Amino acid sequence: MNDYEIVTAARGDGRLCARDYIDLVVKDFMELHGDRLYGDDKAIVSGLGWIGDIPVTVIGVQKGKSLEERVEHNFGSAHPEGYRKALRLMKQAEKFRRPVLCFVDTAGAYCGIDAEEHGQGRAIADNLAQMSDLKTPILSIVIGEGGSGGALALSHADRIWMMEDAYFSVVSPESCANILWKDTKRADEAANALALTAGKLYKLGLIDRICPSGQGKELTMQIKTELQELLNTPVDELVEARYRKFRRVGY
Amino acid sequence: MELRSLFIKANNELEGGGLRPRSRKITCRKCQSLISVSRMRKSNFVCPECGYYFPVRARRRILMITDKRSFIELDADLESRNILDFPGYDEKITAAIEKSREKEGVICGVATIQGFKTCIFAMDSNFMMGSMGAVVGEKITRLFEYATSHKLPVLGVTVSGGARMQEGMISLMQMSKVSAAVKRHSNKGGLYIVLLTNPTTGGVDASFAMLGDITLAEPGARVGFAGPRVIEKSLNQALPEGFQKAERVLECGFIDEIVPRSDQKDYIGRLLELHEVSNE
Repeated sequence: MNDYEIVTAARGDGRLCARDYIDLVVKDFMELHGDRLYGDDKAIVSGLGWIGDIPVTVIGVQKGKSLEERVEHNFGSAHPEGYRKALRLMKQAEKFRRPVLCFVDTAGAYCGIDAEEHGQGRAIADNLAQMSDLKTPILSIVIGEGGSGGALALSHADRIWMMEDAYFSVVSPESCANILWKDTKRADEAANALALTAGKLYKLGLIDRICPSGQGKELTMQIKTELQELLNTPVDELVEARYRKFRRVGY
Repeated sequence: MELRSLFIKANNELEGGGLRPRSRKITCRKCQSLISVSRMRKSNFVCPECGYYFPVRARRRILMITDKRSFIELDADLESRNILDFPGYDEKITAAIEKSREKEGVICGVATIQGFKTCIFAMDSNFMMGSMGAVVGEKITRLFEYATSHKLPVLGVTVSGGARMQEGMISLMQMSKVSAAVKRHSNKGGLYIVLLTNPTTGGVDASFAMLGDITLAEPGARVGFAGPRVIEKSLNQALPEGFQKAERVLECGFIDEIVPRSDQKDYIGRLLELHEVSNE
């Protein structure tokens, strides 16, 4: 597959969604709703559960599979309320010293009048700032689409993993080709230039692990081991290391 | 005379990115009035006829807000590289350097405003539309770290189209990097004032532009996450009047005050004074 085919496959039907991963790796999942400010954004599915013997807070961007499901979850594009729900649960996780596990799968934060007027920019910015010194471990896994700021808002983590067939990008290849070359047909060129595949991002040192797809048991074990290791790290060291992780990007 | 020459757009010094010694007048983009450069300077590059806000280069912006001869630049030598070997990016950087007469899209430093010492960064729309790549992210991060260790406030003047595509995820992650530095500065009790100018959008809006203790904006500035055309296209409907304009964003609760250009220095000086006293 070339890079653009990876992007289109990541958007494809029949892929595992965040909820599937939750069912696959999290035991006894209990969903929790609402941002306590305005509403409950169904693009974000979040709650509590167990990874082995570790209680965790789980946050996923849910796309849905059938058209009906996709409409219900707004095609996995969160409003500010979704990011605020996620942040509320992360702060709760910090209080109880539970690790946070995020499953990222979004084409991007929702673009709309209400989303703008409810502060989409502020909601994403808040997540970045608050996650940067959250006093509990955060592990984010990009399982399909990692679409720009909307995906980044759940990826300010101690560890960022990607499924081997996922992508993470500053801009969609189509928009990039349109903006730079006024030609959406050159999206494959753009995809290649943007270095958005798990392999390329790993080489650039921007992600920490590439996970083979379709191996639920191994993934669960890896998550458990990682969370245990992060939990064993003194919290000041953890937060300092998280700062350094992003501090060195690009320089 | 060739017919063509009649239709050539009048250059003004700001669009051209620099002062053209022979043109002593600037055409207002909005009302088409011819205004002399000296009159324009006096009016802080707001059209004296119709009130149109001209875009202002980063360096002039700093001059307008800070005390005379107080500005000391930091990290002036950082230059962008084409890290991903993105096609056409080297040429874009060269063109941007020529157009803006700057090495990158943000100028950082220390200065006094009405006698109060502060760190300041100002973005430059002439440098690839103020887009944020690794150098912009690094310079602003360094400034916040400097401010944190020297216990200084930060004033940020934003103008940006967002993250710089040509640096891929490296530029996207600058949002995380700068936001973390802002948070550290805040944790130590540092004051951060943001002045949003036209336009502040995308990844800059979704990170440090929205993290100020006090958020000010210029009249009429576009402030938002998604571009208006993107929203219009995806919703297939016209956008309401005033959408994403600073005045509307204030109504929505995301801006503290709209401050006209002529009042900005005084207003920011008063804020700095108030915080200096309460910090003692």
